[in-house]
Amino acid sequence: MGAAPASRDVTSYGMGLAAPLALFFLVFFVAPLLQLFWLSLHNDTAGLQWGLGQYLHFLTDPFSLGVLGSTLLLGAEVTAVCLVLGFPIAWLYQRVGPRLQTIIILIVLLPLLTSVVVRTFAWIVILGRQGIINATLQWLGVIDTPLKLLYTQFGVVIALAQVQMPLMTLPLITALGRIDPNLDDASCSLGAGSWRTFFRIVLPLSLPGVIAGCTLTYAAAITAFITQSLVGGGQMLFMPMYLYQQASTLQNWPFAAAISIIFLLAVLAVVSVFTTLGRMSRGYGGA
Amino acid sequence: MRGRRRTLEALSFELVMTVIAVIALVIIIAPSLVVLIVSFTSGFSLRFPPPGYSLRWYAELWNAWQLHFAAKNSLIVALWATGLSVVLGVAAALAISRSRTLSARLLDSLFMSPLVLPALAFGLAALMLFSLIGLPVSPLTLVIGHTVVCVPYVVRNTVAALAQLEPTLLESSAVLGASRLYTFRRIVLPLIRPGIIAGAFIAFMSSFDNVPVSLFLRDAATDMLPIRMWQDLEGKLDVTIAALSGVLIIATVALVAIMERVTGLSRRLTN
Repeated sequence: MGAAPASRDVTSYGMGLAAPLALFFLVFFVAPLLQLFWLSLHNDTAGLQWGLGQYLHFLTDPFSLGVLGSTLLLGAEVTAVCLVLGFPIAWLYQRVGPRLQTIIILIVLLPLLTSVVVRTFAWIVILGRQGIINATLQWLGVIDTPLKLLYTQFGVVIALAQVQMPLMTLPLITALGRIDPNLDDASCSLGAGSWRTFFRIVLPLSLPGVIAGCTLTYAAAITAFITQSLVGGGQMLFMPMYLYQQASTLQNWPFAAAISIIFLLAVLAVVSVFTTLGRMSRGYGGA
Repeated sequence: MRGRRRTLEALSFELVMTVIAVIALVIIIAPSLVVLIVSFTSGFSLRFPPPGYSLRWYAELWNAWQLHFAAKNSLIVALWATGLSVVLGVAAALAISRSRTLSARLLDSLFMSPLVLPALAFGLAALMLFSLIGLPVSPLTLVIGHTVVCVPYVVRNTVAALAQLEPTLLESSAVLGASRLYTFRRIVLPLIRPGIIAGAFIAFMSSFDNVPVSLFLRDAATDMLPIRMWQDLEGKLDVTIAALSGVLIIATVALVAIMERVTGLSRRLTN
């Protein structure tokens, strides 16, 4: 009632301005995904025979389920590593002067904007048989023969953690910046130690940032096709490569479509679990 | 005694956090440094440390016409995708930024969803649609696909810049008799320009680096730089790729430094 008519409100713009992008998305984003879904509901490659055959095939095939399971596990491992390494960076950021703050941010930011192929290539150089880790260990006399680091789960996790680290650290820095520094002092002066203050005050209050960071890191880690395939090599198969092989090499589009939908649903499920947790934690940490 | 234990306890906490933070920062920065050093090797392998130093692989890069061709394609597609993203994204951001309606929030989620959905699945889906409507893969389909995955960065950064804008500025301008278009050109646009530039920069970088969408939407004649590099790495470990990586790292550092000056990029991404 009291609001001014839309035509006279000079501080906002009409929704019509969103129409071109909305239309663009409808045609080139929503329609393709709907068609993907439609094709996944067909048993034959020509897309004539309706049925749930593709999904049944995936869900009863131990190999396919194994690929899905190892992909979800990989995401969890990478997210955990990023959280453990990223949180102290965000903590350090709040403790140093503005000059060091800019340096830390730029260090964190740089990988985000460097080509993923370049970053992955760097890990091939580091983890290879003649790479920096093996060379150092041999020089120190710890090992005689080079360790196999490339094409292992360990290699994939550490490379992905480095590649996705900015996605975890940036929201954490934002979240920690919003915490009233007096709370820290209050907790300490009331007799709680630093560790206790960290786990009882700082960590709970930064939960929105933790959850935002985990969502982004997880979604990025399980879909990181390039890093997974180059550092993981041929022996390790994750969902994106599985999808690509079925679609491109084998031309089995309905099955590739079903893999895509299952993968999309898995990502959406994880994101919505994190979002729900985030909404709950905001009531807790928003004070 | 108690006080002493307290300081020891505080010290242990600070030490552990600082050590982990420094290790993490080293892990983040080390790979780029290693690649830079290896790219100056005089040898034929990616051995670290290199047996000697030279610029031979950078010279080799000069003659690598396949890489030049792929780089040119990637650059053209990235420029078009960024341009389209800015036009569509800024308009959409203006519409949804100050509106609290349900449709504005739904549109916001829709425009952001390419950021979390697997790009490879979208690439396959777009290929299926294009083949259904009879549009052959070409640089045009590449630009369309790249725009879908890059426009979220423009929308997000423009919305953030608009949120900082004082509504009273717009009201005063209107009270003084300025038309909406004039107010937009003289007040709104100059104030949100750094946000738009930051968004466009990130959109450009992510298009230039995109593999999953390009894999499905390019035609055989359109080689893209990251795909070329990826396929070269799958086959053999070529030192030329190290030199190319060196060029890309230095270019990225330079661009980030410029963007930091122009738009305050680092503050933009942590607020």
